[in-house]
Amino acid sequence: MDRRVYGVETEFGLTHRPETGRGLPPDELARYLFRPVVDFGRSSNIFIPNGSRLYLDVGSHPEYATAECDDLIDLIASDRAGERVMHDLAMAAQERIHQDGFTGAVYVLKNNVDSAGNSYGSHENYLIPRTTHFRRLSGILLPFLVTRQIIAGAGRVVQEDDTYEAHFAFSQRADHMWEGISSATTRSRPIINTRDEPHADAASHRRLHVIVGDSNMSTTTSLLRYGSTDLVLRMIEAGVPIEDFELENPIAAIRAISHDISGQARVRTRTGEQVTAINIQREILRRVTRFVSERGAHHSHVDQILELWDRTLQAVETGEHQLIDQEIDWAIKKRLVEEVSHQRRLDLNHPRLQQIDMAYHDVHPDRGLYHLLVRRGRAATIVSGAQVTHAMTTPPPTRAALRGEFLSTARAYGAECTVDWVHHKLTDRPLEAIMVKDPFAAKDQRVEALLDKLGDRSSELQERSLEERSRQGATLALTDKYTRAPGTQVPEPPLI
Amino acid sequence: MPAQPQKQPHRHGEGDQPDSADAAAQVQGNPQATERAAELDSLLDEIDTVLEANAEEFVKGFVQKGGQ
Repeated sequence: MDRRVYGVETEFGLTHRPETGRGLPPDELARYLFRPVVDFGRSSNIFIPNGSRLYLDVGSHPEYATAECDDLIDLIASDRAGERVMHDLAMAAQERIHQDGFTGAVYVLKNNVDSAGNSYGSHENYLIPRTTHFRRLSGILLPFLVTRQIIAGAGRVVQEDDTYEAHFAFSQRADHMWEGISSATTRSRPIINTRDEPHADAASHRRLHVIVGDSNMSTTTSLLRYGSTDLVLRMIEAGVPIEDFELENPIAAIRAISHDISGQARVRTRTGEQVTAINIQREILRRVTRFVSERGAHHSHVDQILELWDRTLQAVETGEHQLIDQEIDWAIKKRLVEEVSHQRRLDLNHPRLQQIDMAYHDVHPDRGLYHLLVRRGRAATIVSGAQVTHAMTTPPPTRAALRGEFLSTARAYGAECTVDWVHHKLTDRPLEAIMVKDPFAAKDQRVEALLDKLGDRSSELQERSLEERSRQGATLALTDKYTRAPGTQVPEPPLI
Repeated sequence: MPAQPQKQPHRHGEGDQPDSADAAAQVQGNPQATERAAELDSLLDEIDTVLEANAEEFVKGFVQKGGQ
């Protein structure tokens, strides 16, 4: 597919650090965090005006699912918007916690592991044609995903245990994967989840659900992660032959690779060959590069993705990690950890270095170490603050634009409505509910006609400015797009 | 593929680690190196001001319920 729909779902870690004693328990803290969400949408599981979804997931994890995006920069901006929303909610929660007589700070971390061995994810969705042979797809995609951590891992300080000495690993998530492919998520954590909910026309599409990825802070790493995966999918969809790297034991392989930062860990293929992650990634990159040179680039970031992909493999091959220590999360973090360890003479087992690992993922723009490194010019970024602010209020030009407009309009008219990825329903007009199965559709006459029944939108609704919206609500993302023009009447609901 | 990852020496601090303290000592008088060392000091100081002082308590306190 030249044009693809992407989405990413991020589960965040959440903690309260009072001045003394224990923090609020997770359930209670999550309720504080989500109070503005419930105030806005009367539920802790809602779609918001920018088309994304905000909810509390299993285990009281706050989660943000980006709207459907058909452009990688939109996707990354939307994901970053989710971080900003969480930060805003954390600040509001902290204030209310203080009003209620407690002390301390609320932390939201976009990482994947806590100190007790729990893990939470960063799930990617790629729309793929139903015609793609799933067995062939997984045969190629699994080895790619098992080794993708060396180009897109978030990095992790691993403390000494029975198996390892303290060391720096590529991935946060690798140790928490238990199966190659399966339909379960919480129970067995497969790399590829086969749960087939396309949120689209199931006759033509399926949704590839990848749950192996680390949560990235770096936007350049994100571009490489999603961009390389899309290119590999594109090649599979075109039926281009790719060398067979099917692994004998993907789960043992993903761990072995993560824990050897030299990239030299050898893993066995089904044919009995011993290969490294670099071997696999190099061969895939070679094929992808040839594919692009033959068929042309399908978007404007392809060259940048291929260049960064090649340079990252070179950095791992040669051990010259400084080649990528502004662009790839694990290398940015590793440099910082090593500098602190060296300057402060701390052993890698020292809790300070684990704290630095965690604080790298703090979404707080002043306190989070990734953000601090960006400010000091030690981490590159490809998405501006203005783009992120835009993504907080404005859906990308896909079906998300319909959802956003539907929600915003219904809210302005005080009309109760329900939406999900596909459905658009005004509570008072249940028989006129509309399904939009095409995730690329940014316009739909049926949705327009339904909204027209609420009133003359062009004369009755006024769009509020960003300044106006930023003065209201706990976060910009939870403010209304429209206000009613002065003197307009609320229409009577229809008789059913 | 090794059946079980072995406990093996990961030689941190050799080869790939910038040896900035020693380097700074050797190149005293080199303005660029001095500037770099000052920048690093200032970065680490800033990090000390934003991180909770008790690292161990922070790390141990960061416990989530399991997610997906």
